[in-house]
Amino acid sequence: MAMIDVQVQHSAPMTGGNGNAPPVEAAPGVARSDVPTVSSERQSLYAGRVKVYPKEAHGRFRTIKWIVMAVTLGIYYVFPWIRWDRGPYLPDQAVLLDLPARRFYFFFLEIWPQEFYYVTGLLVLAALALFLVTSVAGRVWCGYTCPQTVWTDLMIAVERFWQGDRNQRLKLDKHPWAAETIWKKSATHISWLLIAVATGGAWVFYFADAPTLAGELVTFDAPMVAYLFIGLFTASTYVLGGIAREQVCIYMCPWPRIQGAMFDRDSLLISYRTWRGEPHGPHKAGQSWEGRGDCVDCRQCVAVCPTGIDIRNGPQLECIQCALCIDACDEIMDKVGRPRGLIAYDTVRNLDAHAENAEPLRLLRPRVILYAAAIAVVGLIMVVALSIRPVLDVNVLHDRNPLYVRLSDGGVRNGFTVKLMNKLYLPRAFKLGVEGLPGAKVDMVGHEGGVVPVPPDNIQSVRLYVTLDKQGARALAEQATTFDIVITDIASGEETAHEATFQGPPR
Amino acid sequence: MAKKQGETSADEETTGHEWDGIQELNKPLPKWWLYTFYACIVWAVGYWILYPAWPLISSHTAGYLGYSQREIVAADLVQAQADKAGFRDRIAASDLETIQSDPELLNFALAGGAAAFGDNCAPCHGRGAQGASGYPNLQDDAWLWGGSLDDIHHTIQFGIRADDSETRNSQMPAFGKLGMLKPDQVSDVAEYVLSLSGNEGDEDAAERGKRSSPPIAPRATGRKAKAIALGAPNLSDELWLYGGDKATVVQTITNSRSGMMPAWHERLDPATIKELAIYVHSLGGGQ
Repeated sequence: MAMIDVQVQHSAPMTGGNGNAPPVEAAPGVARSDVPTVSSERQSLYAGRVKVYPKEAHGRFRTIKWIVMAVTLGIYYVFPWIRWDRGPYLPDQAVLLDLPARRFYFFFLEIWPQEFYYVTGLLVLAALALFLVTSVAGRVWCGYTCPQTVWTDLMIAVERFWQGDRNQRLKLDKHPWAAETIWKKSATHISWLLIAVATGGAWVFYFADAPTLAGELVTFDAPMVAYLFIGLFTASTYVLGGIAREQVCIYMCPWPRIQGAMFDRDSLLISYRTWRGEPHGPHKAGQSWEGRGDCVDCRQCVAVCPTGIDIRNGPQLECIQCALCIDACDEIMDKVGRPRGLIAYDTVRNLDAHAENAEPLRLLRPRVILYAAAIAVVGLIMVVALSIRPVLDVNVLHDRNPLYVRLSDGGVRNGFTVKLMNKLYLPRAFKLGVEGLPGAKVDMVGHEGGVVPVPPDNIQSVRLYVTLDKQGARALAEQATTFDIVITDIASGEETAHEATFQGPPR
Repeated sequence: MAKKQGETSADEETTGHEWDGIQELNKPLPKWWLYTFYACIVWAVGYWILYPAWPLISSHTAGYLGYSQREIVAADLVQAQADKAGFRDRIAASDLETIQSDPELLNFALAGGAAAFGDNCAPCHGRGAQGASGYPNLQDDAWLWGGSLDDIHHTIQFGIRADDSETRNSQMPAFGKLGMLKPDQVSDVAEYVLSLSGNEGDEDAAERGKRSSPPIAPRATGRKAKAIALGAPNLSDELWLYGGDKATVVQTITNSRSGMMPAWHERLDPATIKELAIYVHSLGGGQ
């Protein structure tokens, strides 16, 4: 078996990053970082991880990311505690996956197990939305809303709170056994664990009544499986968000590999405008900008990158397109007095044309239209299906063994199991009858008056016997005759007809 | 070597293995893989100590935790019995009508009866109680021994022609075999019997058969051949236990029939038999 060394080749030339160069001020007040990048040109598959020390960015996109983080984490931690009145018989938790009762509650929606196709539809919508967003503006999902990104961002913020920004953290790691390092790192890890426990704790609240379960958890009365899942999510949050971080995106996640197929020349991707930035190099205050690019090689874009790459190498798998390098670069451009947007959301078409607005943004591309149309169609189907969803579901199973029973007087009887699913939050009673089968007699086991009570939000199964006497059976034209089982809601008088077949002897 | 152009691995260590000029480089195992492997070894040692692991000559190491799947199953069975005990005690203590009129008990009895039917009755009567030749269909409305709850309960308890003092018993003479009827008379009687349920056949033969019917026959099946005594089938209805074609009827008259059903009170507990009676009664033919 031959081992093959795989090399990662990048399109744009990689320069700079000379670790031995003395620190140069790129512009007054602009520090220059010598940051090694993770995706260097020749990286062995066996290379150990190069630890990334992301620097804090400030700017438009950082603000957006803080807001997105607050909203997404807020939704995750708060949702199970929102109450939603469903009457006296049902749980009042707005979002609840009630596994023992096999119900999924989401505010005004309630999904029964046999209606799981709504969830499938939701997943289809989510996938299509992801395709749409990706083809318009790249890996927006990865950069802003993916749980891995959000929790990693949170973990890095906590790390920064205890250990300081990039340079302080680098300094701490140089003295791993110093007392300061140890207490700061301990504080970081304890905070991470607390966040992880809260994350696992929030997860289990989606599966049981949150206030009750919270009480049980505190008094150690909760079911074992709750502790198990809290443990599982604590471990995964701590390991994936706190420790593994960008490695999850680079090595574990399949999505980056798929997304490449969704970009095209008109997708807005976070790009370094090579035509503006090159040739790059250190720049001293007052120097002329003639004959050189705007990039002062301060490497701030690399310093803030949570995956530790150099965006100037062009589009790359490791880039989650979080836009922090845009913030970092804009800050520098302001300081050196050059226009913002050396790194920006831009299309390959513009980059190739060497101009910021060489061509107007083409949003109406076939793939965008296709994805949008698919979303509209699936969404419409979902809305219509949900709005015409009946409040009574009827399931009729014809006995298979035997298909029919001959009676001593020459009559024929068919047996059915009728399942009545009452989807209202009230107890209801139904009367069962038969239409389209002249002379048919209806009997039910255990419901003498022909009235079937169904508890609220529940299923009642009834054995139904439909009998034809000799004349009735003789009058049937076919071996199998279609007729209707009519279910009448006694309170409202509403009728539901369900088609069934009456089987007779072969003729 | 499969290397990019311009690169060699001449200076890299190989394992010495070579196939058709392809050499295997001596690369280290991935760290995550190695650590997982070590962790598995540690896990295995712990497992050996805590759980049954090593086969011995006649048994195996029991493990510190004393884990045994057999004991777990036994405990589960006891637990399942205990869970059902409340209902089953009530069923054992109640009479059949009470069970049938209590929706909760009825539900439990029907479910338990269906399970017991599948285990004990289905081999003869069929999974859907539809019966077979010689094994009555329990879904229809013809009952040799009565279709009321109590009749069904009695039949299940003591069986038919079983080795039990209270068993259901009836005997039809083997008219042909015993020489009470000659073969052509048997054929005529068969024509007559078939004509009773409206089958068109040889009318003269049927008339002869009516006259040659042995005097014992009306006693069992009634003057109009509608069953009057338990155990004797109604010959004028449209249902046949052994088949309604002439050859089968001739065979029945010649050799008689004596189907047998075991007495279940020796094998099943009273509550299960009650559940079975209620289940069979619910199949549509109960009276």
